[in-house]
Amino acid sequence: MAGDTLITDELRKTIGVAKQSTTIEMEKGMLRQFVDAIGDPNPLWSDEEHAKKSQYGGITFPPGILAASLMGGSGPWLDIPLQRILDGGSEWEFFEPIRPGDVITVVGTIGDLRERQGSVGKMLFIISDIEWKNQKGEVVATGRATLIRY
Amino acid sequence: MSELIDKVYFEDVNEGDEVPPFSVNPVTRTIIVKYAGAGGDFSPMHHDELHAIRTGADRIFAHGLLGAGFMGTTLEKWLGVGHLRRLRTRFGERLWANDSITCKGVVTKKYVQDGEHLIDIDAWIENQWGQRTHTIWATAALPTRS
Repeated sequence: MAGDTLITDELRKTIGVAKQSTTIEMEKGMLRQFVDAIGDPNPLWSDEEHAKKSQYGGITFPPGILAASLMGGSGPWLDIPLQRILDGGSEWEFFEPIRPGDVITVVGTIGDLRERQGSVGKMLFIISDIEWKNQKGEVVATGRATLIRY
Repeated sequence: MSELIDKVYFEDVNEGDEVPPFSVNPVTRTIIVKYAGAGGDFSPMHHDELHAIRTGADRIFAHGLLGAGFMGTTLEKWLGVGHLRRLRTRFGERLWANDSITCKGVVTKKYVQDGEHLIDIDAWIENQWGQRTHTIWATAALPTRS
């Protein structure tokens, strides 16, 4: 019986296909809360006059904002009979700055599914490929996130 | 123009150099809640103490990715803005509310690739007990003096 595997044929078919898309407007209030939370008082994030002198010519968001739950599409919508969730790590590659007022579209795609027998029982590793684009269609960043369900 | 941005040049960095450490002492509930608000992640274990206690913890804990934010701050304070190319993170011990943390790192590789002057950094965040809450790998592109 093949019923022992978590990765059913149906689930396997989602690899490279199942997508989740979210669009977020990057507001200054979000930026202020974020840099406050990460302990970063750099005036480049808040002072327009100061930021004009920077290589980007204006206020930008720190790249870590993409990690703050703008991850999108880490696969929790997959129908899996496992309730508990663990973050298995993430990676990002940054290409373009994000500016206040940008509209970022995050698309997460199921990149791979793996399964392992852990000490706490069966574990399913859901690996998502993530892409962030701005309103001009530029790829701002790409990433890969591993979510563990067990 | 570049003085705001280019704090460290490629020529100034060597393999084995330490990243100037950055501490958050302590990581308050307010910080965690601000981060939740900025990113829109309102999972109750990150802000609802009663929920945390009911599920067997004794208090709330920070979003794992808050550590990526702290490390971003650490590297930006050292290198300036706009140099981070890649970041990868793994989680270790949980970062509990009111823990104190320090972000640390070491330059492991200095190289030129596709015309960019790059450094690889092995970094980590440790709590007040010396336990690692995060292991992080970063690549940054640096300006050159020439």
